[in-house]
Amino acid sequence: MLGVVTAVFLLIRLVPGDVVSQMIGLEGSLPRGRVEELKELFGLNRPLHVQYAEYVSKIARGNLGKSLRTDRSVGPELARRFPVTLQLAVMGLLVAVAIGIPIGILAALRHGRLADYVATAFVLLGLSVPSFWLGVLLILLFALRLGWLPPTGYISPAESLAGNVQHMLLPALSLGLVLAAASTRIVRSSLLEVLGRHYIRTARAKGLWESAVVLRHALRNALIPVVTVIGLQFGTLLGGTVIIEQIFALPGIGRYALEGINLRDYPVVQGAVLAIALSFTLVNLFVDMCYGFLDPRIRYE
Amino acid sequence: MASSTLASATSNWVPRRRPGLRTRLLRHPSARIGGLLLLVVLLGALAAPVLTPYDPIQIAPPQRLQQPSRTHWLGNDLYGRDTFTRVLYGGRISLAVGVLSVSLALLLGGSIGAASGYWGGWLDSTVMRLSDILLAFPAILLAISLLAFLGGGFWNVVLAIAIIYTAPMARVARAAVISVRHEEYVDAAGAIGAGDARVLRKHILPNAIAPLVVESTLRLALAILAEAALSFLGLGTQPPAPTWGQMIAEGRSVMTFSSWPAIGPGLAITITVLGFNLLGDGIRDALDPHMHST
Repeated sequence: MLGVVTAVFLLIRLVPGDVVSQMIGLEGSLPRGRVEELKELFGLNRPLHVQYAEYVSKIARGNLGKSLRTDRSVGPELARRFPVTLQLAVMGLLVAVAIGIPIGILAALRHGRLADYVATAFVLLGLSVPSFWLGVLLILLFALRLGWLPPTGYISPAESLAGNVQHMLLPALSLGLVLAAASTRIVRSSLLEVLGRHYIRTARAKGLWESAVVLRHALRNALIPVVTVIGLQFGTLLGGTVIIEQIFALPGIGRYALEGINLRDYPVVQGAVLAIALSFTLVNLFVDMCYGFLDPRIRYE
Repeated sequence: MASSTLASATSNWVPRRRPGLRTRLLRHPSARIGGLLLLVVLLGALAAPVLTPYDPIQIAPPQRLQQPSRTHWLGNDLYGRDTFTRVLYGGRISLAVGVLSVSLALLLGGSIGAASGYWGGWLDSTVMRLSDILLAFPAILLAISLLAFLGGGFWNVVLAIAIIYTAPMARVARAAVISVRHEEYVDAAGAIGAGDARVLRKHILPNAIAPLVVESTLRLALAILAEAALSFLGLGTQPPAPTWGQMIAEGRSVMTFSSWPAIGPGLAITITVLGFNLLGDGIRDALDPHMHST
């Protein structure tokens, strides 16, 4: 965790240019004394290690600083935007699971037949289509051509739940499709492997319904690699929210990070990148804990 | 009866040499298709001036936003430039960024990872800790942050993508080196007095290279996608030079008038990435006979 905090701090400060020179670049030249005054105000003239110590102690106290441009606190702004990004990521994950797992199961059960080839083609295409292009195509088709869904924008669920879902559907689809393809691939290969095991033959020999064999005996044992891959890919999903939020004009953390980056607003970028990286770390921890649930042989001390 | 069948079967059995790597690769269906797709993209990018009479940068306002026709296969963009032409020229930048950044990541990550796997100890734990930190960031977010402060432009994009792929490449190299590190022939080479550099280069590298080749090919697919995403966000190679991502961003802003400026470059990205993915799968299967194709 501290490593992530340090990396974010250094990343932003080691590259040339700072907020003051950037502001000057945007707003024309300023007298020399004024530049020093501004640097003093933002604490940029102090040595790096002093800035770092102050930064870490502030974060430990939950204070992420204020935006250098709008003077608004970063923490509450992140808290306000976090639900949007979380909803997008969770809906993207749902899309992936709802599409990926059934297609993967179907492909494994119809191994070597038409359904399997169609599923393989879906996997290959899904992994090769850029998500932001898919977003543009979905807007073209569903918003501009058919007019079923709104092209961009956001409505909070408090305002209108239906409106909220309508606005989030296309972003979630464009975000989730890559992960759907990745999960189809892993469900298929993992299930194929498990279906060849002796205990599956035993289960069939007992006269169990095929659905019980597949769902209870095979799928449960095939799920561990699936959870691993979905967990690992969730980071890509979180990174993808930055681009998807930009295309669909959603007020989430990713868009906040981009805005901060364009204006060189350190505290904003720091806070947003930190929030995304920490969520990613937490997801990985959660995935590790899921193994114990799926496979009782795995126990944690 | 049974024994005679067996006998005749054995007598007919002639030991056959396993076909060489190139033959196996050429016979592999997905390697074939992937290679073919990439060949088309590469030729299109290299031979662009021969394949199209138009200029990718020169604007022609009277022809703006024309629909596809026999003279303009994918229509024209907002400035009247031929979309097909720009897609061909855009391939040059995408492929160059992909190949350069992955080579750089392979060189950097490969040597760091190999050293870390070979010597172990404090070096290994430092490298692993550092890569843990780098891998705690979603790759694209790290690249965006790097570029935001480095500024856009061709070489900075190459650098940013190389940096984000160095950590995963180092991991693969480390695992590959560790898997052969304690083989007897490595110990033997050390025992007859070969130095570390010689053991690494002559004995470990040739036996650990396969996973790196596969990883690099599949990383090329990801690098093309990353380059497109970065230039889509305006952080890539700057206009007027055409890049696929930036063309999609422009196409998106005019899509209420014409959808072709956004569709063309996206197709090109998909074909290229598909090519690298298929080729990577094929190379993996060809290098590892135990692995059944998925």
